[in-house]
Amino acid sequence: MTFKTLTHLQRLEAESIHILREVVAETENPVMLYSVGKDSAVMLHLAKKAFHPASPPFPLLHVDTTWKFRDMYELRDRAAKQAGMELIVHQNPDAIRDRINPFDHGSQHTDIWKTEGLKQALNQHRFDAAFGGARRDEEKSRAKERIISFRSAKHRWDPKNQRPELWRLYNTRKAKGESMRVFPISNWAELDVWQYIHLEAIEIVTLYFSAQRPTVERDGMILMVDDERFPLHPDEKPVNRSIRFRTLGCYPLTAAIESTATTLPEVIQEMLLTTTSERQGRAIDHDQTTSMEK
Amino acid sequence: MTSTEEQIYRTDALIEENIDDYLNAHQHKTMLRFITCGSVDDGKSTLIGRLLYNSKMIFEDQLKALEADSKRMGTQGAEIDFALLVDGLAAEREQGITIDVAYRFFTTEKRKFIVADTPGHEQYTRNMVAGASTADLAVILVDARKGVLTQTRRHSYLVHMLGIRHIVLAVNKMDLVNYDQAAFDQIVEEFASFARSIGIAGFTAIPISGIVGDNITEPSSNSPWYDGPSLLPHLETVELEVSTDQVQPYRMPVQWVNSPNLDFRGFAGLIASGTVRPGDEIKVLPSGQSSTVARIVSFEGDRDLAVAGESVTITLADGIDCSRGQVITASTTPIEAADQFETTLIWMDETELVPGRAYWLKIGALVVSASFHQPKFEIDVNSQEELAAKTLSLNSIGVSNVTTDREIPFAPYTENKDLGGFVVIDKITNQTVAAGMIHFALRRAQNIHWQATEIGRDHHASMKNQIPTVLWLTGLSGSGKSTIANILERILASMNRHTILLDGDNVRHGLNKDLGFTEADRVENIRRVGEVAKLMTDAGLIVITAFISPFQAERDMVRAMMKPGEFVEIFVDTPLEVAEERDVKGLYSKARSGELKNFTGIDSPYEAPENPELHLDTSKITAEEAAEHIIKKLYP
Repeated sequence: MTFKTLTHLQRLEAESIHILREVVAETENPVMLYSVGKDSAVMLHLAKKAFHPASPPFPLLHVDTTWKFRDMYELRDRAAKQAGMELIVHQNPDAIRDRINPFDHGSQHTDIWKTEGLKQALNQHRFDAAFGGARRDEEKSRAKERIISFRSAKHRWDPKNQRPELWRLYNTRKAKGESMRVFPISNWAELDVWQYIHLEAIEIVTLYFSAQRPTVERDGMILMVDDERFPLHPDEKPVNRSIRFRTLGCYPLTAAIESTATTLPEVIQEMLLTTTSERQGRAIDHDQTTSMEK
Repeated sequence: MTSTEEQIYRTDALIEENIDDYLNAHQHKTMLRFITCGSVDDGKSTLIGRLLYNSKMIFEDQLKALEADSKRMGTQGAEIDFALLVDGLAAEREQGITIDVAYRFFTTEKRKFIVADTPGHEQYTRNMVAGASTADLAVILVDARKGVLTQTRRHSYLVHMLGIRHIVLAVNKMDLVNYDQAAFDQIVEEFASFARSIGIAGFTAIPISGIVGDNITEPSSNSPWYDGPSLLPHLETVELEVSTDQVQPYRMPVQWVNSPNLDFRGFAGLIASGTVRPGDEIKVLPSGQSSTVARIVSFEGDRDLAVAGESVTITLADGIDCSRGQVITASTTPIEAADQFETTLIWMDETELVPGRAYWLKIGALVVSASFHQPKFEIDVNSQEELAAKTLSLNSIGVSNVTTDREIPFAPYTENKDLGGFVVIDKITNQTVAAGMIHFALRRAQNIHWQATEIGRDHHASMKNQIPTVLWLTGLSGSGKSTIANILERILASMNRHTILLDGDNVRHGLNKDLGFTEADRVENIRRVGEVAKLMTDAGLIVITAFISPFQAERDMVRAMMKPGEFVEIFVDTPLEVAEERDVKGLYSKARSGELKNFTGIDSPYEAPENPELHLDTSKITAEEAAEHIIKKLYP
């Protein structure tokens, strides 16, 4: 008899698919938060696999800030269509009214567009489970996060009141109005995500690959000038640089790195040889929609 | 101390020279999940920090912060304190975060590792059990100066109980005993005799120093007498359970029935054991129906083989019934289904076990209602002695029989964790209150059949020309339940309805005279009354009950025994002050004086019904009016 030894990616994939199916089977109205980043891309791919040949039986939700890179919007719409899934785009009407933007409002920008926007969208559609692409290896504080994180009817996270998770058994029972955030790729590390994208040929935003792009340098960070809304200082003039992004947020807040990596193996190579941690590029933009704590 | 100069446990060269080869090599990595057992004093955090560091999971910016922190804290002089890489207990306490399981990740050329890091003290037994439940291997840390302690025995007992087959005894801080071989040998010998006594088949002992780095990634020149493997190489090469999992017969709990259209009906699940191929004959349990595997459907196209640990979707050749929670198994060796088991329970909640109460039990993809009997015994986790126990409280472990409301397909936990491990969920709070492991079925439920009676309940009811109903009056003592029940029965009799009145006091003189007023006895009291009421409705009767029945869980349990709509929960509501003032039987004054214990409303709680069919406030209406309300509800 021959045995088949599962690789680490096969085991991670099986676990994530199991979580996706379990939550869909036991909740009434699940949704997948889709931020168009590489983690979202992997999560969406896993959902397609989990429910094949059907389309994933839930919609995608993009909590939009209107300040994402143009390439991200383009891929978002195409990816949803290819997966045969409904795409719900939520833009916080308060933020639209008050013209909240990253240049004038700093960290408020993220809070109002994303954190508040997410709560609005979940309430409006009465979603009782939201899949997010957060991973435990992203920050030290996330090491203790559950795969399923419970929220009160007011979306409050009570760290003292989370349930133990044993074996492959997830307790998804909840009272009316309560909801949960589910993190199917909790146990994936950054390298796993990249390897899986490579192995499965998953499409990701081109911004992860190097190209000549118009940029300015501010406070030691390279920022891409993605459209005419970028307010240039009087002495600033966009310069073309060969850049790419390690993480993607709102374009004026996410710093690029100078790079020549134009293929996935080259990107992974650069990632492995780098000496700084992943989130550094987003010092001023913590992606809170996928955050486990929020 | 050799921290920064030490060889980095990764082939940077290959990454630079040929990334494609590197990626190819890394795609064939396997994964090992392990748990570290020990307390901060044993150097657990230092060891984990070092493993992360040696596998280069620490970036330069993090390393700089670590160096600065180490200097500031000064715990290791000018050297790096690896323990700072992982949150210490003290820090967790300061932040008010639940002391919990932390999962950490590192990777080497051969394997990806997931480390479950849990605190080692007795009050965190539940956390350790959670961390151990998914682990393939356990590293049990011992301080070379202290040897095998009570804590070591507790940790070993728990990891063995959770079925972890690979155990590493890491004798740490060897630098502090001058790498003395005799000290190491003595600890190993002592541990070996204990391990044998609790049934651990084997273990690997490694002398290490987390601080200095001895025998972590490579053999240390400080311990030339040790010729076994170093820790990391051992973790990289220890054999996974692949062959044992796959050699067992095929079992797969059905998680999701995938049927996007009439032409496709797939059964999705994670294979718990064995292998499956198209053409294999299968049986679905507990229904027992047979079929043949038609296809293994996947995103990349149909497959000809799937193995234990994979999430798959299969289709069957025949259109047989198969739904979520059922288990598809190889037809030649199907598993058993039963509704009574002996189990080990690990209690994880602040609220203790109430024997007899109905809880949710989740096993595989199945959620059933279940009640536990009074524990046969509790296990002292430190001495492994069996102690008498009436219940189980937070962190206690015991053996108890359980009865489920229907048959569940299962395997003993020692055979298969997915088919023998379960969690227990409180029906009211929805909290996960316990984890459990099935030992064996108490009887083969498939051998016991319901005796089909020829004259059924519908026949009984039609002879009486009425719909069988349970009118369940609940409320404080003195709220007027018995008075209302009597009036109600009189009215129904005048309407030619056949009734029976079950009254709390009367039942306790006969059927339930062996029961007292503890929480467990109150649960049993209601369970018996529920069963009697059910038999009476089978006979076609309208059953009126007058019981305080203070707990929602038991009222729900009785509701679940009846057909939908048959159970009418009537909340006879009177403020405690009013009931106490009435005090018809003089019980409140006895309870207040302490003469009477466990009296509802005084020193025992009353849980008001959440969604009663009828809510009667008897401080505002008379008993006659209340009875009329009930009649109107019955015959609107």
